[in-house]
Amino acid sequence: MAMTRRQTLGLGMGAAAAGLFGLPAAATAVVTAESLEAWIAGFASGRTPEPGPLALEIEPHAENGAVVPVTLSMPSPMTPEDHVEALALLAPANPQIGVFTARLTPRSGAARLTARIRLAESQTVTALARLSDGRVIRQDRAVTVSIGGCGA
Amino acid sequence: MSKPRIRLPASARPGEVITIKTLISHPMETGRRRDGAGQLVPRRIIHRFACRFEDELVIELTFEPAMSANPFLEFTARVDRSGRFSFEWEEDDGTLHRAEAAITVA
Repeated sequence: MAMTRRQTLGLGMGAAAAGLFGLPAAATAVVTAESLEAWIAGFASGRTPEPGPLALEIEPHAENGAVVPVTLSMPSPMTPEDHVEALALLAPANPQIGVFTARLTPRSGAARLTARIRLAESQTVTALARLSDGRVIRQDRAVTVSIGGCGA
Repeated sequence: MSKPRIRLPASARPGEVITIKTLISHPMETGRRRDGAGQLVPRRIIHRFACRFEDELVIELTFEPAMSANPFLEFTARVDRSGRFSFEWEEDDGTLHRAEAAITVA
C-alpha cells in the first residue's frame, strides 16, 4: 500500500526526535507504515479515514512522558441513528501502537473522553473516531517528550 | 489497593449530559520495567473498564500498557431518570474492582 505523505513525515519525525534526545535512531521503536496502517484499517473496517471535527487535545511539549493528559472530543447528537460508536488513540512510536479504545453508546450523551497516557518518546499521536454510519475520522498531533514514559 | 474513586453530580435534570470522573490506584506494570535487581517486572495492568447506568452500557474501554499508572478517566453520560451508575475495572488475571454511585434526576 502506498504511504501517504503524512505517514512518511510521521516516520521521519520519530527518527529525528530520537537524534534530538541523544539516542541513536536505531533505538526508536521500529514502526512500519504497514503496522500503523493495519491497526487503522482494522478499526475502520477498511474505510479510509477522513478529516473531520475530531478534536485531539494534548500538550505539544510533555515534560513527563509517564503522565500525558489527552482529550478526544467530537460534536455528535449521540442518537441511535447518529452517534460516535468508538474512539481510539494510537502512539506509533511506543512499544505498542494502541493506547486505548473506547466503545460509546447513545447513553454516553456526548463523544468526549479524557485519559492520562504514557508516551515513550516524541512522536505524532493519532486519534480516531468511528461513527455509526461507518465513517472514520482521523486527527493527528505532534508531541515532544522530555522524559520518556515507558521505562523504569 | 485503595477503593476506586468516582466523581459525578449528586443530581441532574432529565436529559442532561453529566461528566463522570474515575480514578483507581494501580501500578499498570507494562512488563518493560526493571526492578532494583535488574529483573523485568511482569506485565500487570487493568485492561478493561466499563461504566453502566442500571443495565445500560454508558462506555467501555480497552486499556493497553500505555495507559498511565493510576488510571484516570473523564467521560460523559446522558441521564433521564434517577438510578445507580456501576463501574468495573478488570485486571489481566481476571480480578475485578467495582464501584457504584447514585444520581437523583428530577
